[in-house]
Amino acid sequence: MHTIRLSHLAVVLVSLMSMTASAQESHIDKLTGNAKHGKALYQRYCIFCHGTDGDGRGESAPYLNPKPRDFTKAVFKCRSTPSGSLPLDSDLYDTITRGIHASGMPSWKPLLKQERADLVAYIKTFSSSFQEEKPGEPVVIPAEPPSSPESVKRGADLFQSMNCWACHGKDGRGHGPSAATLTDNQGNPITPFDFTSGRSFKCGETDRDMFRDLVTGLDGTPMPSFVGAMSADQRWDVVHYIRTLSDSKKHSVAKNDASGQ
Amino acid sequence: MRCFFLIAAVLDFRGRKAGVLMSKNSYWLIIAIAGLGWVISSRISAGPSALADAGSSLKGEVKFEGTPPKGTRIDMSADPLCAKTHPTPITTEDVVVGASGGLANVVVYVSDGLTSRNFQPPQEAAVFTQKGCQYKPHVLAMQANQKLEVVNDDETTHNIHPSPANNREWNMTQPHGAPLEQTFAREEIAIPVKCNVHPWMRGYIAVFKHPYFAVTDKDGKFEVKDLPPGTYTISAWQEKLGTQTQKITIGTGESKSLDFSFKQ
Repeated sequence: MHTIRLSHLAVVLVSLMSMTASAQESHIDKLTGNAKHGKALYQRYCIFCHGTDGDGRGESAPYLNPKPRDFTKAVFKCRSTPSGSLPLDSDLYDTITRGIHASGMPSWKPLLKQERADLVAYIKTFSSSFQEEKPGEPVVIPAEPPSSPESVKRGADLFQSMNCWACHGKDGRGHGPSAATLTDNQGNPITPFDFTSGRSFKCGETDRDMFRDLVTGLDGTPMPSFVGAMSADQRWDVVHYIRTLSDSKKHSVAKNDASGQ
Repeated sequence: MRCFFLIAAVLDFRGRKAGVLMSKNSYWLIIAIAGLGWVISSRISAGPSALADAGSSLKGEVKFEGTPPKGTRIDMSADPLCAKTHPTPITTEDVVVGASGGLANVVVYVSDGLTSRNFQPPQEAAVFTQKGCQYKPHVLAMQANQKLEVVNDDETTHNIHPSPANNREWNMTQPHGAPLEQTFAREEIAIPVKCNVHPWMRGYIAVFKHPYFAVTDKDGKFEVKDLPPGTYTISAWQEKLGTQTQKITIGTGESKSLDFSFKQ
């Protein structure tokens, strides 16, 4: 009987070890991040905003808007995966590298690539979701067709029919009728993006980043996914239209168009 | 569960290869245990259909005591496509009381007494519809992993944004007529649902790991069907007025009545 018990124990131990190993690691291309190393880095660089427990309640949190991410919820704005699914390790790595524009989250590019990978591994330990679930399938971004007046016009129509204006405003300034009611998933007020500001978008500034944002939505914020709502061509049209809003010369034209509706 | 037994067997084999000390007898015993586990778990997961024959029914009414509160008037003027669906303005649905004092939209469910049973979700989808820039039904109850079909009957575009505490949060835009299917993996009573585009829209989705639940109709009536005999804690949840519980014992084929009463 003794040997049987030993074998049971071995089975349980092996399975536990394989689970914790994968939960404490991150994989970004050829890099393997280590949560133990990541913890030391986190305590040096991240703890002031994101807090000891990763719940976004660090000492600086009360002074920040938007608030630091609560890692225990495992809900992330910037992902390449569908709304409602976990991000890829590379998504978290990209966010650490890029920072989140228009927020208190800076770029951590000065850290070594290995250190950023280690941080990803540690951040994943704050939620059991990373052990229980797998990230969704990443979005496929097709080649971008060239912008044209027709594409911009179609994009403007979609901006209207998709109700983007309800939050972002008919002129794209972020003053739509619903703007004042919006909160993030922690119940904090959140402001829709002002497309006229010319500031970089939260999850990256390229057209491909904008296209991806339209597919994935920014989870934890009111920005939804448009995956079943628009075709790929339509999403490019919206990207082309939004680009015109941040151009001050074209902006006055767009504003006149919008006010005539 | 079954997966676990399979993994256990495979890991055991790996353990042997790795040189962990085990006798030949213990190996076969583990295979036997895994096989037995497989059979047992498949019987358990056969679920309520196997138990439905011996089912009893639990009927009742949820009452509202006192003067029903007047809802707040909803202003839909921000979106003309919503406003035009209601020639006379409507009010919020957080407390809806019927003509005879019955309280609508209360979720009545078995909250204890069904432990250690696995229930398969039903094949048919639970349907949550946006109509007149409101949710129909205002409170939906469904099983975990059951298909959730979201329908947009409105001309305008909505986004459906549940704020779960125990499930993954998702947020999807849905223009008129576009198909949308989602689900929730874990039990949660109840997940608030909002539309960020139309901030007055609010509904709830209650998710259960078993099929023994009901939502009261406009007269406050409910029926939980095919309940296996046993002693249960029955809970009644209302979005504003909280949760109440009662104990009940129900025999084979028995029909029992159970009433709840809420006040503000």
